[in-house]
Amino acid sequence: MPSLSTVRRSAPPTTTASPSSSAPPAAEPTRPPAASISATSAASEPAAHSVPLSGGGAVLTVVPRRNRWTWVGVAGVGLLVAMFVNGLVTNPGWDWPTFGRYFATETVVRALGTTIQLTVLGTVAGFALGLVLAAMRLSSNAFLRTVAWAYIWAFRSIPLIVQLLFWFNIAYLYQTISVGVPFGPSFASVETNDLLGALGAAVLGLALHQAAYAAEIIRGGILSVDEGQREAASALGIPRRRQLTRIVLPQAMRSILPNAANEVISLFKGTSIVSVLAIPELFYQVQVIYGRNSRVVPLLLVATVWYIILTTLLSIGQYYVERHFARGSARSLPPTPLQRLRARWAGIATQAARRPEAVGR
Amino acid sequence: MTAAVDLRGVTKSFGAHRVLDDVDLELAEGTVTVVLGPSGSGKSTLLRTINHLEKIDRGQVRVNGTLIGYRRVGDRLHELPERDILRQRSRIGFVFQQFNLFPHLTVLENVVEAPVSAQHRKRSEVEVEARTLLERVGLADKAAAYPRQLSGGQQQRVAIARALALQPDVILFDEPTSALDPELVGEVLAVIKELARDGATLVVVTHEVGFAREVADTVVFLDGGRVVEQGPPEQVIDHPTHERTRAFLDRVL
Repeated sequence: MPSLSTVRRSAPPTTTASPSSSAPPAAEPTRPPAASISATSAASEPAAHSVPLSGGGAVLTVVPRRNRWTWVGVAGVGLLVAMFVNGLVTNPGWDWPTFGRYFATETVVRALGTTIQLTVLGTVAGFALGLVLAAMRLSSNAFLRTVAWAYIWAFRSIPLIVQLLFWFNIAYLYQTISVGVPFGPSFASVETNDLLGALGAAVLGLALHQAAYAAEIIRGGILSVDEGQREAASALGIPRRRQLTRIVLPQAMRSILPNAANEVISLFKGTSIVSVLAIPELFYQVQVIYGRNSRVVPLLLVATVWYIILTTLLSIGQYYVERHFARGSARSLPPTPLQRLRARWAGIATQAARRPEAVGR
Repeated sequence: MTAAVDLRGVTKSFGAHRVLDDVDLELAEGTVTVVLGPSGSGKSTLLRTINHLEKIDRGQVRVNGTLIGYRRVGDRLHELPERDILRQRSRIGFVFQQFNLFPHLTVLENVVEAPVSAQHRKRSEVEVEARTLLERVGLADKAAAYPRQLSGGQQQRVAIARALALQPDVILFDEPTSALDPELVGEVLAVIKELARDGATLVVVTHEVGFAREVADTVVFLDGGRVVEQGPPEQVIDHPTHERTRAFLDRVL
């Protein structure tokens, strides 16, 4: 027994159990000072030590770890943001009065309309053709696969601006366009330039360019849907087109949408390239105006702010469309920012309602 | 009387590997057939040839006398256009190991989809029927839920209701309980047993030997793509005559 008590005495406070496990203090070489200090109390009332160690009963508060460098980073970035905003407000070069004068003038708004029109037509036609190309690339027929692949290869290789100039000058290659039997007689023909004006050439170029990218995005989305889905639809005898529109595409939309939104936004801004065809879209129009009055910076700002506003609207639209297609993907959909805001507002309101009595006391 | 399912000389290879080797099988209407066999023995492939999810190299498959997947011209079989195959499949229910419910559709929409789009029946009519079927599998209250909100056992029961909605001549089950947690197996087997009691024609590929003994009219033991032994469960399971059957049962029991 005496030998046992000496062992206990030298043991670290963590061990209240068997002498065998607590025997050598060397087993925990990092803690000998603590062990020697608490050795007497550990021997006299071991129970007192076991309570905080096992955490029994006491509710312990968790303190999150903080990183000092984060705060340094926040301060640094905050400073840069403040300098930028200060520059925007105080630098006379931005010429905000001129910006205000031109921001919503009729010519600018009409040009904005043209930009939107180009975006919508390019998107709709581009994605429609893209869907066909995607279906061709996924076809079991090697010829269709190859043609679709070649199309995508060609239109991704040619810069958009080069392609637009080609379409603009198409009348140089084909003066007239005829309807008739291929390689045979024609029934009717029109002048190419009458059929395809500058705007037509622009829409065609944008749509054909867009189709190549849309095809790959759609194909990727379709491939991301589990093979079992197609198999189940097929085992149930669901007609082939219905399999695509009802079962595969709605699920593919989840991975198509973020990429498609990227494409629509870049097409929207990409319409500024069309200014090479002298089409009065937003960017061309501000160029015309600053060519007249030499106020380059404020007018570029006019275009910039419109691009930002419309891209923001598109992003908001994207959020809700994505949410729609997320049905069933999670057990329950997270609240929208608006719902969250409303919930928070309701929370503040109830708190405010509760507060007066607290103040009253 | 024509057999509900009739396989003659069905042969199928994946590359050089022969998965099904001259399989003959005749299953009478209203019977429950359980296909047992070690993994890789061709059980699932056999089941998938019955609704032409798997093309065969030789032989013929008939369901209720109709040649499945092919059209006979002289002594040759020409594969049917996909449209016709899809129409044939809508009379053959199939329940997958991984359920394969459509996750973006509600439970009710999952059940209603095929009868409306494949059999051109009226949606309102099918919906009433679908609710009855969901009640039958014990999920009447889950009609508006999405598949991911359900447990595996519940999902598989929805999948069974989805197959039943087509009013099929025969229902094929491909290891219906293999993807389930052990405590959920019972609820799915109970639903299948009830179908058996109601006189449906069922073909079940499974590892549940107990289920086979209790429910099956015929047990088919498959190994190496061949039917090694076939007969009532008390014969095949309790008194197997073939060494390979015995070895398999020793391993799983």
